[in-house]
Amino acid sequence: MTKKFTKDHEWVQVDGDVATVGVTDFAQSQLGDVVFVELPEAGRVLEQGKEAAVVESVKAASDVYAPVSGTVIEANQALVDDPSMVNSAAEGEGWFFRIQLKNASELDGLMDESAYKAFVEESN
Amino acid sequence: MTEAATALKTTPLHALHVELGARMVPFAGYDMPVQYPLGILKEHQHTREKAGLFDVSHMGQVRLTGADPAAVLETLVPGDITGLAQGRMRYTLFLNEQGGILDDLMVTNGGDHLFLVVNAACKEQDVAHLREKLAGKVEVELLDDLALMALQGPLAAEVMARFVPEAAGMKFMSCLSASFKGVPVILTRSGYTGEDGYEISCDKADAEMIARALLAEAEVEAIGLGARDSLRLEAGLCLYGHDIDTTTTPVEGALEWTLPKRRRAEGGFPGYDIIHRQLTGGATRRRVGIQPDGRQPAREHTEIQDANGNRIGEITSGGFGPTAGAPVAMGYVDIAHAALDTPLTLVVRGKPLPARVAATPFVPQRYYRG
Repeated sequence: MTKKFTKDHEWVQVDGDVATVGVTDFAQSQLGDVVFVELPEAGRVLEQGKEAAVVESVKAASDVYAPVSGTVIEANQALVDDPSMVNSAAEGEGWFFRIQLKNASELDGLMDESAYKAFVEESN
Repeated sequence: MTEAATALKTTPLHALHVELGARMVPFAGYDMPVQYPLGILKEHQHTREKAGLFDVSHMGQVRLTGADPAAVLETLVPGDITGLAQGRMRYTLFLNEQGGILDDLMVTNGGDHLFLVVNAACKEQDVAHLREKLAGKVEVELLDDLALMALQGPLAAEVMARFVPEAAGMKFMSCLSASFKGVPVILTRSGYTGEDGYEISCDKADAEMIARALLAEAEVEAIGLGARDSLRLEAGLCLYGHDIDTTTTPVEGALEWTLPKRRRAEGGFPGYDIIHRQLTGGATRRRVGIQPDGRQPAREHTEIQDANGNRIGEITSGGFGPTAGAPVAMGYVDIAHAALDTPLTLVVRGKPLPARVAATPFVPQRYYRG
């Protein structure tokens, strides 16, 4: 399985032609306590780089962008019920949604884990 | 550090905030702690359950001296200042000629002087306003050598009594000159969280010692501006520059309680004609509490619509209330929609979010009434 990262601090993990998407642990640490998430419904077609979800912390609302294009298969209902999972398990149980990949080559433009780590350190 | 950051002012507790691991942000020209490692949610809850210590040294502390500073100040504010007994304080407003609010402030009768606490972002202009309007009548001194902290929460009194035993018996909105571990402090039983507590004014050289002493108590945590904002919002208290400003009058802002009977009858403060007219005939809009349905918060500048999609106002403060366990907001609506429980529609990110007019405070206030 490949795990890739965006400059907007989303992660995407690919298994066959299905991608699971969430925000990174760095992103959740910057967001602070998450109190609400709005996730895309199954069937919605997402375009790479366009708004896919909303995450609201106590202080502010932030957009989550689709790291790759595709059709939403499933949103994480557990996260809707308990938004604090973004804080406790951003890169695990706190995933946002799963999509059917439209164009796997879009993944080539994303960062791998070491590149993302370097990106975070640089932007800090 | 960026150029902008180097230009920021710091409070006497700056090094302590950094040592405690605070996330620092620019606020009103100061580099201030927005949150500590505990996080806004837990800081908020800690303040409601135990006691939180806030650095509010960025706020302006001003002394007015002269022959009769209370009577003179009443020409700029609508509050009853001449009726303020020595050692007592109240909340009032600087008004402009249109009845708009220039700043909100606390005024304490210090005996031979008045002591004012004003907002950080307004302090320079407040002092200039006082000096211009009251020239020759009072001396206006911005007390730059002082720090200010707030200890807030249900256990604040218990903690403070360990250092200042006489603090326990202080009435809400009163002040006391005292000694804290051998250094002089002015305590007021006040705050802006809806909880019981104190504000502590001291020499800036003593601030860190006092802060460390309070933080060493088991009940006390350092609390940042993030939780201060959610606490005051739940308490239904206005944030200057957001819920009230030069375009809002005290009547529109639902602050009639700051307009005592004598001042309503006599006037003699800026904007009196407009305010008097609004008091008797009503204003066209009003600040109300707003409770969105569900869990999604609605933020400042969110458009408020009626059932037919007409724009009837805007949210001025909004977020998630950790104690309320729900989103909470305040905003202005046309007067026809200001009654309690009136259904509203909030346009959040282009989508309609149902809400209703709600009573404030969202969390019961727990001031110490003696």
